Amino acid sequence: MNIVAAEKISIWIDGCPILRELSFSAQAGEFIGLIGPNGSGKSTLLRMVAGLTPPSSGQLKILGRPIAEYKSKQLARIIGYVPQDTSIDFDFSVREIVLMGRHPHLSRFGSERQLDRIMAQKAMQQTTTLHLADRMATTLSGGQRQMVLIAKALAQDPQLLLLDEPISALDIRYQLYVLELMRKLTGKGITAMAALHDLNLAARFCDRLVLLHQGEILSMGKPDEVLTPDIIQKAYDVHANVSIDPLLGALTVTALGERNDFTHHNFH
Amino acid sequence: MYSAQSPSERLAREEMPLPNKQGFHCFLFSMIGLCLALFAVIVFASSVGPVPIPFEQTIAIILGKLGVHMETNFTERELLVISEVRLPRILVGALIGAALGISGAAMQGVFRNPLVEPGYVGVSSGAAVGAVCALFFGWSQFSLWALPLSAFMGAVLAVIVILAVWRGSRSRSIATLLLLGIGINSLLSALINIMMASSTNDQELRSIIFWLQGGLEARTWEHVQLIILPILAGCLITLLFGRHLNMMLLGDDQAASSGVNVRRTRYILLALASLMTGSAVAVSGIIGFVGLVVPHMIRLLTGPDHRFLLPASAFGGAIFLVLADVVSRMVLQPVTLQVGVVCACIGAPLFIALILRSRKGGRTT
Repeated sequence: MNIVAAEKISIWIDGCPILRELSFSAQAGEFIGLIGPNGSGKSTLLRMVAGLTPPSSGQLKILGRPIAEYKSKQLARIIGYVPQDTSIDFDFSVREIVLMGRHPHLSRFGSERQLDRIMAQKAMQQTTTLHLADRMATTLSGGQRQMVLIAKALAQDPQLLLLDEPISALDIRYQLYVLELMRKLTGKGITAMAALHDLNLAARFCDRLVLLHQGEILSMGKPDEVLTPDIIQKAYDVHANVSIDPLLGALTVTALGERNDFTHHNFH
Repeated sequence: MYSAQSPSERLAREEMPLPNKQGFHCFLFSMIGLCLALFAVIVFASSVGPVPIPFEQTIAIILGKLGVHMETNFTERELLVISEVRLPRILVGALIGAALGISGAAMQGVFRNPLVEPGYVGVSSGAAVGAVCALFFGWSQFSLWALPLSAFMGAVLAVIVILAVWRGSRSRSIATLLLLGIGINSLLSALINIMMASSTNDQELRSIIFWLQGGLEARTWEHVQLIILPILAGCLITLLFGRHLNMMLLGDDQAASSGVNVRRTRYILLALASLMTGSAVAVSGIIGFVGLVVPHMIRLLTGPDHRFLLPASAFGGAIFLVLADVVSRMVLQPVTLQVGVVCACIGAPLFIALILRSRKGGRTT
């Protein structure tokens, strides 16, 4: 069954079309990369799937059921979302924050039980943040904070993980670490959708790419189907060279320059 | 994460025992401690006054009221002073302090801003307009209850107007609500100023000023009965939202994606805080600083966890206001100060000292 099925979704915000007639789906265990220029609608798409921004028109189904029929706790047991802004201003310990992810599994009157502590522990182990458990979140580095919020989302025990630019603010070590974690999780059957800016890392780690351009899906498919010089030119207005990295065997995109100026300057 | 430690070292660290129930026991002990502290403060406040009564007799009389009889003898006069004069006033003070403390903590959580107090959504100034109307138009002569009733109606109306305007606003953000509150608060205080300026009667003007300063003198068991239900119910329901408030501190998106219905939670908490503050202000007049200082102090001492912060603020507010009332009765005998004034006199320096001393639990930015 499709974890996510979107049919002709449009979103208008203050009279501006942000997403136009999008249709796509995500299966269990897939790692889908959302790529596209700034302002192309990647974040809005993720927020919509997370249930934070309702679609203006079209049909969005989560596990075969329209998203509007879910209560917020039910949805949170299926979907974990890590927003782009991971700032934490208040002195909660890492353990407290990860335990907050157990909220959808608790009743209004209940407090955390042993099972919830074990699940939080597991989520911290998976993200190797367990040694930070008693640290205050305000003292963490950006990369550590990102991992902690992923741990919180994992503690929700979701089938679908949504990440909005999870690696944009991180150094290369954490970038690889987050993406490897996503691969590991999708290997266990979790579906992941992440907005990414780095086309090389997207090509290397994702099963499928969705390229957004001005609120529309310009191209969708395996990395080598999406990342062609023509499509990149159309989406980013940049001339690019696409090759296979001999070491990794993955696609490599090298941005050359705007339009055809590059060929003009360098080859003639 | 990718630190220099070897894999086995990392594994060893990861096999730490699960945290035990220490946290819960700690919570229980501090709640019992706060309960006892409140009882001690009530006993202290009942025994001091123009007619000093020894603690032993005071405890015996209070426990006697609760149905526990002790072998201590006390005079008829002592019984009368405590049970008819001091105890109702102290209980009204404790209830109002609890209401203001817990509402302040809830409001600061909802607004994600530790400088907010319950009056920010127009409750206090609405109540003030209601009360000043009752005094100005002479309704308070007809019945003892016209003043609190009118104040309460004013509070409810002000909150309804603000929430309705907020709903209709374009962004509906929490910052908009705060700004709306500030706008409507100044409009309402302008109304009060107009009524005060056009008051022709000195006595009337004096009672308006006294009401605006907040006081607890001559409060009776009827006052206790009037506010005990809304305040206790409001406190208990608010306590159910501790975890929600914690999660909302991480941001609306974080909370919503973890299963908190942010908008509904916000409305419920604003309504509860308004109900409690409205009831409190209706019988005491405007008492500032309790709702601001008490939750802030507790947050600075113990951190931002609302599951602790909410009940502790209720107890803290009650203790603070009862003590402030003792000060207002005793410090310039035989003149009694208004308790609202005393709260500000004690609260403001305390607040400044705490802010300078510690930054735990506040915003780090």
